[in-house]
Amino acid sequence: MSGVWVVLEERNGKIGRISWEAVAAGLKLGAQLGLAVNAVLPGARTEVLAAEAATKPLAKVVRLVHALLGAYTADGYTIALEQFIRAEQPDYVILPHTYQVRDYAPALAARLGQVLIGDVTALGEGPTFVRQLMQGRLSGDYRHAGGGTCFVSVQSGAFRADQIEGGSAQVESFTPTIEPAQIRTKPGEPFRGSAQTVDLGSAQLIVSVGRGIKEAENLPIVQELAAALGAELAASRPICDNGWLPIERQVGSSGQTVAPKLYLAVGILGAIQHLVGMKGSQCVVAINKDPDAPIFEVADYGIVGDLFEVVPALTEAVKAAKQ
Amino acid sequence: MKILVAIKQVPERDAQVHIDASGTWIDEAGIQWALNESDAYALEEALQLKEKHGGEVVVVSAGPERVGSTIREALAKGADRAIHIDCAMGRLDALGVAQLLAAAIKSESPDLTLTGLQSDDLGYGQTGVILSELLGLPHSSLILHVEKTEQGLTVKRELEEGWFQTIELPLPAVLTIQSGGNKLRYATLMGIKKAKTKEVRRVTAQELGTTATPVVSLARISAPQKQKSTQMIGGSPKEAAAALAEKLKFEARVL
Repeated sequence: MSGVWVVLEERNGKIGRISWEAVAAGLKLGAQLGLAVNAVLPGARTEVLAAEAATKPLAKVVRLVHALLGAYTADGYTIALEQFIRAEQPDYVILPHTYQVRDYAPALAARLGQVLIGDVTALGEGPTFVRQLMQGRLSGDYRHAGGGTCFVSVQSGAFRADQIEGGSAQVESFTPTIEPAQIRTKPGEPFRGSAQTVDLGSAQLIVSVGRGIKEAENLPIVQELAAALGAELAASRPICDNGWLPIERQVGSSGQTVAPKLYLAVGILGAIQHLVGMKGSQCVVAINKDPDAPIFEVADYGIVGDLFEVVPALTEAVKAAKQ
Repeated sequence: MKILVAIKQVPERDAQVHIDASGTWIDEAGIQWALNESDAYALEEALQLKEKHGGEVVVVSAGPERVGSTIREALAKGADRAIHIDCAMGRLDALGVAQLLAAAIKSESPDLTLTGLQSDDLGYGQTGVILSELLGLPHSSLILHVEKTEQGLTVKRELEEGWFQTIELPLPAVLTIQSGGNKLRYATLMGIKKAKTKEVRRVTAQELGTTATPVVSLARISAPQKQKSTQMIGGSPKEAAAALAEKLKFEARVL
């Protein structure tokens, strides 16, 4: 067995922040278990990115290189990483929990008789891997039971990439055998859903609305609050899925990531997919009828109550406070 | 086109969940159950494809007796028949569940297998992808739109932060469906009536011949640790609103 291996993901010519967070998780696990920590970077042209990864405190950085890994396909990545893992026999494989990893890592693990412990938020003694259950209402401690490689993917924002120290890793390469006919899907170029006209990313104040609003006809009460605050209006996914607000106002893993001074969540339960899009906010306020709603876990101020009573009262109170 | 849809019964969205005495699962007493949200979208996609291209929609679900009500709901919405894998879900990991489903699906040889991208209870988000591996079929995940072509399928895949991608893949294939791509239908009275006469084939895990030893175990569940210390503001709606505005102005200084 060969210690901890972190799979880095190239995105738009860069190694994304969440990959560095996976490195942070790998380093933490390696320190806990006394294992060497390495990284593997699949892709077609990765010299520059591998050199960047080599400045981290890793033992080795391996470029998993093949022309067929240029554009992501589940088949290409699964075949390449399977060969690499069979050769290297890692104790742990740590991945960033991205949409791409979600697309291939469960199959990769299954091909090796393993099960991915996905979307992990913390490490415990043992080791145990903590992940959320029931839309964030509960937390579960998972253990890897059998022998062989343990696969773990880590949630965006759960580990601190900015605290990784410097280092100098040895860069190597590994060339898998992939035949074009083994790639069964044909991926197209990524495209944007619609022209962005709202930039929530730079908004200072955001009022965000969720399922608790019940009907599109009820939206004016949150629009009035947003107007009183001078805030942009945003929403959780179900509101945009229903077409009540345009998708460009959606916050969360499938929408925009925001970090305003104030994020006021109205009738939003706080599923993980929403929280990852707003947990960088400086001040979070939650108004929800359910005292156990996970949104309260990340809130600075909370009001448990009927939004149809609280929100209009808050609009009046804000108007008065601003005078 | 023969389409198989793997669906899961999960606690209803607003259900109050409590940890049971074992500390490894929730107390199921008094829980209201529902069809997992993204699975409802997978079923909708299947029904729309059948309406356009003909064929058959078969739902498969694993779980104890109670799962029957969710299967009936799917039949009432328009699925033609169902397979109920009668088993306790307790100790199964994502691979164990997928092995059961794969064994049942293999006997049907569908052109297309759909499932929701993630369950609302355990949230593994792996079943469909593992199914494709066990069935030896190509797959794509987080799909919002499916179009049948001469060669197979063209699908719209969701990427992060508002990006999408079109993917072409041959049939047979497995897709995991993202919520929100279609408008969900309700079961009609006629549909509910018809559902009672539709075939539900029951099989047990033993009959399917899968005996998985879990690779990953859920050792303990607990209330999540707070990431922030939250000031809860009480009082009448008016009092709470006034107190909050006060705090936003003088403590958080965002007004």
